[in-house]
Amino acid sequence: MSEMNKAMIEQYRNSFLSEVEANVEEGEWVKMCMQCGVCSGSCPLGKHWAHPPQEIFMMIRAGKRDEVLTSDSMWMCTSCYNCIVRCPRQLPITHIMHGLATYAKKLGLTPKNQPTAKFAEIFWNNMMKKGRVNELKLGLSLYFKDGFGPGIKEALRNKDLGMKMMKAKRMAASEFFGGHGVKDVSGLQKMIKKAQELEDARMKKFD
Amino acid sequence: MSEVAEKKFAAYICTGCGIGDRLDTGELEQTASRDGRMNVVKMHEMLCNKEGVQMIRDDIANDGVTHAVIVGCSRRAKVEAFDITDIAMTRCNIREAVIWARPDTDENKKTTQEMANDYIRMSCGEIKQMNKPSPSGQQGRNPNVLVVGGGVTGMTAALEAAEAGYTVHLVEKTGALGGHVAQLHKRVPFKAAPVGTPNSPDANLPMPEDTGIADMISAVEGNDNIKVYLNSTITKTSGAPGRFSVDISTESGDTTTENIGSIVQATGFKLYDPENLPEFNYAGSPDIITNLEMEALANAAGDGPIKRPSDGKEVTSVLFVQDAGQNSSDEDRLPYDSGIGDLVSIKQALYFKHHNGDGCDTTICYNNLRTPGAPGEDFYRSGQKNGVIFTKSDVKEVTPGDSLTVKMHDKILDEDAEVKVDLVVLDLGMVPNSGPDPYAANEALEGMSDEERAEELEAQEAHAADENSIKVESILNLDYRQGTDLPHLKHGFTDSHFICFPYETRRTGIYAAGPVRRPMDIRQAMDDATGAAMKAIQEIENAAQGRAAHPRVGDLSYPSFRKEGCTQCKRCTVECPFGAIDEDEERYPQYNESRCRRCGTCMGACPVRVISFENYSVNTVGAQIKECDIPEEWDEKPRILVLACENDAYPALDQAAISGVEISPWARVVPVRCLGSTSLSWVTDALNNGYDGIIMMGCKRGDDYQCHFVRGSAMANERMAKVGDTLESLNLEPERVVVEEVAITDIDRAPQLIQDMADTIEKIGLSPFKF
Repeated sequence: MSEMNKAMIEQYRNSFLSEVEANVEEGEWVKMCMQCGVCSGSCPLGKHWAHPPQEIFMMIRAGKRDEVLTSDSMWMCTSCYNCIVRCPRQLPITHIMHGLATYAKKLGLTPKNQPTAKFAEIFWNNMMKKGRVNELKLGLSLYFKDGFGPGIKEALRNKDLGMKMMKAKRMAASEFFGGHGVKDVSGLQKMIKKAQELEDARMKKFD
Repeated sequence: MSEVAEKKFAAYICTGCGIGDRLDTGELEQTASRDGRMNVVKMHEMLCNKEGVQMIRDDIANDGVTHAVIVGCSRRAKVEAFDITDIAMTRCNIREAVIWARPDTDENKKTTQEMANDYIRMSCGEIKQMNKPSPSGQQGRNPNVLVVGGGVTGMTAALEAAEAGYTVHLVEKTGALGGHVAQLHKRVPFKAAPVGTPNSPDANLPMPEDTGIADMISAVEGNDNIKVYLNSTITKTSGAPGRFSVDISTESGDTTTENIGSIVQATGFKLYDPENLPEFNYAGSPDIITNLEMEALANAAGDGPIKRPSDGKEVTSVLFVQDAGQNSSDEDRLPYDSGIGDLVSIKQALYFKHHNGDGCDTTICYNNLRTPGAPGEDFYRSGQKNGVIFTKSDVKEVTPGDSLTVKMHDKILDEDAEVKVDLVVLDLGMVPNSGPDPYAANEALEGMSDEERAEELEAQEAHAADENSIKVESILNLDYRQGTDLPHLKHGFTDSHFICFPYETRRTGIYAAGPVRRPMDIRQAMDDATGAAMKAIQEIENAAQGRAAHPRVGDLSYPSFRKEGCTQCKRCTVECPFGAIDEDEERYPQYNESRCRRCGTCMGACPVRVISFENYSVNTVGAQIKECDIPEEWDEKPRILVLACENDAYPALDQAAISGVEISPWARVVPVRCLGSTSLSWVTDALNNGYDGIIMMGCKRGDDYQCHFVRGSAMANERMAKVGDTLESLNLEPERVVVEEVAITDIDRAPQLIQDMADTIEKIGLSPFKF
């Protein structure tokens, strides 16, 4: 039996749905979707998504594991909460989208150079260093995320804004050198590490 | 003393509600006594109050008044106050039809007064042709209800009637009570989740519950007022409500004859035949089953897992094909949807979750998921919560094999897919268990050419003669002239207005309940049965007093005919929408009072005008037409006769006046019981008398009819198609006579139709027949 055929037969089985229910934040809500499509119609960015939320839910139920987890759709969510407000079944759609994104990231299935995913990573690493976000470094990291050349270009483009922010004391150049952090950075890092361990232990394996 | 001399006519004119302010009451009084030739004319400033009504009652008691015209408000107002049944009585409407329909200005004063005078003349003419109606005494009180069908509908109807103190004869074709419900494993829950149940994936939602049929069967069997006949059918039903004679026969041929007051037909449904759906391969594998077979499979499982029929393997995946053979435009498939199939499949999918564990894949392939009823949405969520997968898809094909292969098109993902499952359940539709439609043969002929007609008739005869052809068995075996069973509306379901008068059928005293009337679930069928039982009880009491059933409830008048004038043409027996008229040995029509709804369709059908009611006849309406003053041609005041159905058109005109919509001063409105009672002679007479236009206002006809007598309005329309010949022979324009469908809500349109006729007359000129 070919791999493709195997996959076909596995379609419409509950396995991927169970995986989502177990491992994705608010994943237990997915089965309650009644396919009305109000979320897809309400999403301001819906037309830019490869698969709007309604379709994502159907794909989960149809067992399309790879297609869902490697999709960049859930990364497109801007957390406007329109879908949550309108869902007649009151599904926490926004949270499910972020849950799916997190899970995909964890499994290493995030599409390459997905900007939202990249930003999230930069944000996390930046925050973990000192226990708080260093805005100057966060901005700079974003400018240089595609390499040195484009970084310089982007920095120059925004230089006026930067000067104004410095003048208004919204940004300090001194932050570039170390910057300030929380009192007990290593304590925080330990806490996060422990949380990560607990979550990894809870995560069920579906291979 | 001759009978005429005993009659004393009186008119009572109310001057309240502004009548006295708007009209010259002296002139009204004079019109009633001089033109109307009333023996007594009295005025009262508020006739409907105690004092006014007492005045009329005193005159009846002390002065021997036998006929009264009550001049004032519409016949639809103050009905209780003027509930006078011991004499002949009519109402003359000069409030809604005159003062409220016309503006209160000086230039309109004269035409408004003319209207009121005319209506008084008309009513005085009418009352002279009327007599006090009295019941025929054809039947007495018979407290026996016959219930045909021992399923959940029939048993509920039986219990309800029995609890109300009536005796019930419950006839069941098979050897056991319970019908389809007795075959079910569980039923769809009756109640929604309690108020306040959270909307979450772990909420406590309703689950399949016990059918409760065992309790119901023992309640029926233990009820002294219910006599159950198993393995029995109805071999003959004759008579009428209050005096039905019913032969109940067992398979072995033993027959009991019972006297019955009224009948509830609860013959239920059968499943659509899956053999007609080749794509689902029902015959190809024992693992492709119907929704009813699924119930048996669940019953067989006991406490263990559900196993598939072919090899007894525990089912690990099941797929439900929703709406199989339903909602289809293909011939031989059901054009409708049983509506409850989705609830049933959710219930059955939950059987698997319960018996075979959460790991059993249950997929419901639907197109439009519908879960009607109070618990519907909660039950849908209950299915989802428990892991039933719902896939909006078209199932294209089911192929047998070691496991079944289902090909489908997913309509959300817009792609073809293929699944392998252990079991496929087909959601088949409900086909009503009706007897043969008495009018099917006629309807097949509608709109055919003479040649096609001959061919069709030949085919019908051949079918009837062929011993091997499949014939629908009669259920009631009525020995009515118009067929053995209840007429159908569509797709074999019995004909009754599904909103306005749901349990009524076109055979008075026989009420349909449950899925023979329309597809429905247990809960709805039980409500339906209760409603039908109440109607059956009501009919027993009405028939006992000679009173009409819906819609002229309580009417004591009934049709009779002048034998010497009858030509035995049979038009009345054919056109009666309720099959109320049989044929006697001499081939004259034979009326069955309690089958009659008093619409007068027979009266309108009679070409020799020999059929009449005591208080409604060709002459009562004819007199109203004749007594209206027709102004001379040079007055330039046209007269428009409006024959308005009392059920919808007349109330619409009343309501128009109440709402301040003007009605043309040229209109003279005559209420009729049903447009079906309209005699062609009224039209001819009116035209000969010099009316300039005639509007006939009846209810909507056709499949989605609103006619309270089902076919009356359609009959009238057919007959009036011939009015063109009359107009031609009189050399009159065809626009002068129109037939319109008017609904009770047409309060702007109905007056506008009259105005349109007034405009037409202005264009084509007044009638040349003014004398």
